[in-house]
Amino acid sequence: MTRAITDELLARHKLSRAEYAEIERILGREPNLVELGIFSVMWSEHCSYKSSKIHLKKFPTTAPWVVCGPGENAGVVDIGDGLVAVFKMESHNHPSFIEPYQGAATGVGGILRDVFTMGARPVALLDALRFGDPRAPRMRHLVSGVVAGIGGYGNCVGVPTVGGECTFHPAYDGNILVNVMCVGIARADRVFYARAAGIGNPVVYIGAKTGRDGIHGATMASAEFSEADSSLRPTVQVGDPFTEKLLIEACLELMETGSIVAIQDMGAAGLTSSSFEMAARGGTGIELDLDAVPLREAGMTAYEIMLSESQERMLLVAAAGREEEAFRICRKWGLDAAVVGRVTDTGRMVIRHRGEVVADLPVAPVSGASPVYDRPTAPLPRPVPVVAEAIRAPLDPPQALLRLLGSPDLSSKRWIFEQYDWLVGADTILPPGLGAAVVRVHGTRKALALTTDCTPRYCAADPRTGGMQAVAEAWRNLVAVGARPLAITDCLNFGNPERPAIMAQLVAAIEGMAEACRALDFPVVSGNVSLYNETDGRAILPTPQVGGLGLIEDVAELVRPDAARAGDRLLLVGENTGWLGASLFLREILGREEGAPPPVDLAVERRNGRFVSDQMRAGRVRACQDLSDGGLAVALAELCLAAGTGARVDPAPSAEAETGWWFGEDQGRYLLAVPADQAAELVAAARAAGVLVREVGCLGGDALTLGRHPPISLDALQRARESWFAAWMDGTSGAEG
Amino acid sequence: MRAAVVTFPGSNCDRDLVVAMEACFGRPVARVWHADSELPPVDLVGLPGGFSWGDYLRCGAIAARAPIMAAVRRHAQRGGYVLGICNGFQILTEAGLLPGALVRNAGLRFVCRPVRLLVANRNSAFTSAYGATPVTIPVAHHDGNYVIDPEGLARLEGEGRIAFRYLDNPNGSVADIAGVLDPRGRILGMMPHPERAVDPLLGSEDGKPLFASLLAAIGG
Repeated sequence: MTRAITDELLARHKLSRAEYAEIERILGREPNLVELGIFSVMWSEHCSYKSSKIHLKKFPTTAPWVVCGPGENAGVVDIGDGLVAVFKMESHNHPSFIEPYQGAATGVGGILRDVFTMGARPVALLDALRFGDPRAPRMRHLVSGVVAGIGGYGNCVGVPTVGGECTFHPAYDGNILVNVMCVGIARADRVFYARAAGIGNPVVYIGAKTGRDGIHGATMASAEFSEADSSLRPTVQVGDPFTEKLLIEACLELMETGSIVAIQDMGAAGLTSSSFEMAARGGTGIELDLDAVPLREAGMTAYEIMLSESQERMLLVAAAGREEEAFRICRKWGLDAAVVGRVTDTGRMVIRHRGEVVADLPVAPVSGASPVYDRPTAPLPRPVPVVAEAIRAPLDPPQALLRLLGSPDLSSKRWIFEQYDWLVGADTILPPGLGAAVVRVHGTRKALALTTDCTPRYCAADPRTGGMQAVAEAWRNLVAVGARPLAITDCLNFGNPERPAIMAQLVAAIEGMAEACRALDFPVVSGNVSLYNETDGRAILPTPQVGGLGLIEDVAELVRPDAARAGDRLLLVGENTGWLGASLFLREILGREEGAPPPVDLAVERRNGRFVSDQMRAGRVRACQDLSDGGLAVALAELCLAAGTGARVDPAPSAEAETGWWFGEDQGRYLLAVPADQAAELVAAARAAGVLVREVGCLGGDALTLGRHPPISLDALQRARESWFAAWMDGTSGAEG
Repeated sequence: MRAAVVTFPGSNCDRDLVVAMEACFGRPVARVWHADSELPPVDLVGLPGGFSWGDYLRCGAIAARAPIMAAVRRHAQRGGYVLGICNGFQILTEAGLLPGALVRNAGLRFVCRPVRLLVANRNSAFTSAYGATPVTIPVAHHDGNYVIDPEGLARLEGEGRIAFRYLDNPNGSVADIAGVLDPRGRILGMMPHPERAVDPLLGSEDGKPLFASLLAAIGG
């Protein structure tokens, strides 16, 4: 079976000569083809994090409420009363570009498995989507395929898709991003980990049969695209959400029996990574018998069985003698189940097929000793601040606001979220499109607030500030609905890390995120890295996507973004310096992508957020909007539209600074709707706390009036926000090119 | 009131329906497995929403032939009440317990949103507690476009068997039909999800009168 390992063979396995030399050193011999395949997936960027590992260590990962940080299938945080929230975000970028429906659908399937494999019932999904120029070829096809795929999978398994993001930029023309976050709830004493233990315990395979699909998906996700890559189509897997639904129910029922020692989904790199990871975490070995693996087609080789990425499969270690319980529950749910191996004390993975040992590898080096690279970085460009006073706007503020609301990034994403069942489970308290999503913890008074955030144009201009801002905005979005922010998951989407300029972005973004996480007590508990998002040498904007989770102890404490009423005073928390660098206004109104992003002062961010939370607890805040893209004017419009009432807003302090006043994107800011009789007390409390607060207007009427400019009717605001997306998808917007 | 909810492989609103019924009826609701051949002694059987058998073949087609459906049919023949919601409605038409069929939405996309409904028949066991004002109950489906031949439609109209009509038809259903009754008024199939509209926190309580009507018709 041994064959000469040629350069061509290594190239096909995306292993370097140096990596191969290390493999030979570990084994003391030449690997066979099965073993080489195993090394190639286990040492792929996707599975080994070899380019990012040393930098990911910079993240703070602990807090008193963190039960389990990175390293397991998903992060776990304590939400009190014996319950935990289990959550993670993962990318499915490359497959979604090749085949949008199945790529996105299997992305949902994979992240669901990461969560229920830990014993949690999935209760919410969110999707952060980045697409290319709306006029780019295939873009509508990609959007409609991705959305249908997410809906097709999530709707069928019965997990509500409650939120997310969708923005557009030409840098994603050749590499769209599909990042899916899943959140589950488990009993704190019933969290399952993937540690193979108990010598002699049976290793049980359950779920869908293994086919030839997706072989080398993990290595595909670890390489750049080129125009010739349509030949990669066979490596995209096909999802079956019906089987996934059965798998969820069967696994949760199995876990109730107490017969499971460890469980792991077969995700990227399938049987290989699931068996190696369970054995590595348990410090054990496993003997696998591939003749026992349920196969979809005859004649599959050991290489194919080990590397298949067929979906909807789980591998578990049962307590010896209790495998019959697993079989009974699988039969009830109509799922295949088979004992495919045993746990051993050898520390080796010994794989047999058709009477022969086809691979015999030490577990620890394959799983843990993958190469780690400290890749070189180039100096980052220093963006020049944009002087707000020098901006001459071609439109007056009301016209500019309407234009911004109708821009692809700010336009309503109703076309998307109405294709998702965001209500199944009957616990969705805040629907998509208002701010952070809020989902009640079933059967309790608690609720989880969930958000995904990142501003790629900030990250492109200054990755460190952009990384900080992504974390700070997630934190702010959770504060804005009355939640206590607990922790984040992340998806770090970047270009080719072998290019020093890209590596510099990755390192700076991680460092910025880490600093913000530390300052805000908002640790990272799980995550994923997606590199090589490049086509023909053009990289995406650096996109360190953050998924934030916060806790609302009692739904009565929820601050609804749509609760403001006529007569409420509008109060702006935080300083408005009119920062227009890297703003949405600059890009959408003036066509300029330039300048430094707004600085993130974490001490101010923390102080302002704490102040807003305190005022909410004191019952002084009726509704709250955080300020982000499009600044004060957009926040005003969103608050008015959510509440269904207009507002009269004071003029900008000076005519010269007006553009920055309305559209600047200074960080650490909130817009509050406060009952008139509470405003004075709130302002006094702010002064005492050293927080900058100013009253900027009053709600009422059916139009938004910005200073002395003509009023904009709520209808006009609504039309501006609602029209673009549907018109684009119908081909009637004029933006379809 | 004794009620049961059936779980098929792929049902995903079974728990939600049980929770809503228990809250509105004030007593436990039995859960029944699709492979069972008998129902417990009940007045009302709920067929929940979801994707039974993954919507393979046609929505509801495989579930309509599950062992439990023979028992549901006998229950209906005895005059028992049956409530089919969303996929449950699709199963009832596939089982021939209600006329017509549910095909792909006219817009070809899944649609999830609260919709306004007119309660077209306020005299049934399912709707007697409703008033004349329109109600808001969410839909969430890909195949909710109700079709029926002209004679069948005339019969439904003539016999007052259209329980709910859409005010803003989300799926192209003929005559804006959102829910229909069998000739005896004991079986209701509807696409909107009343079980998602029984809690003010979720934005609507307009599903409650449906369960209250049943409680009044069947008794505590």
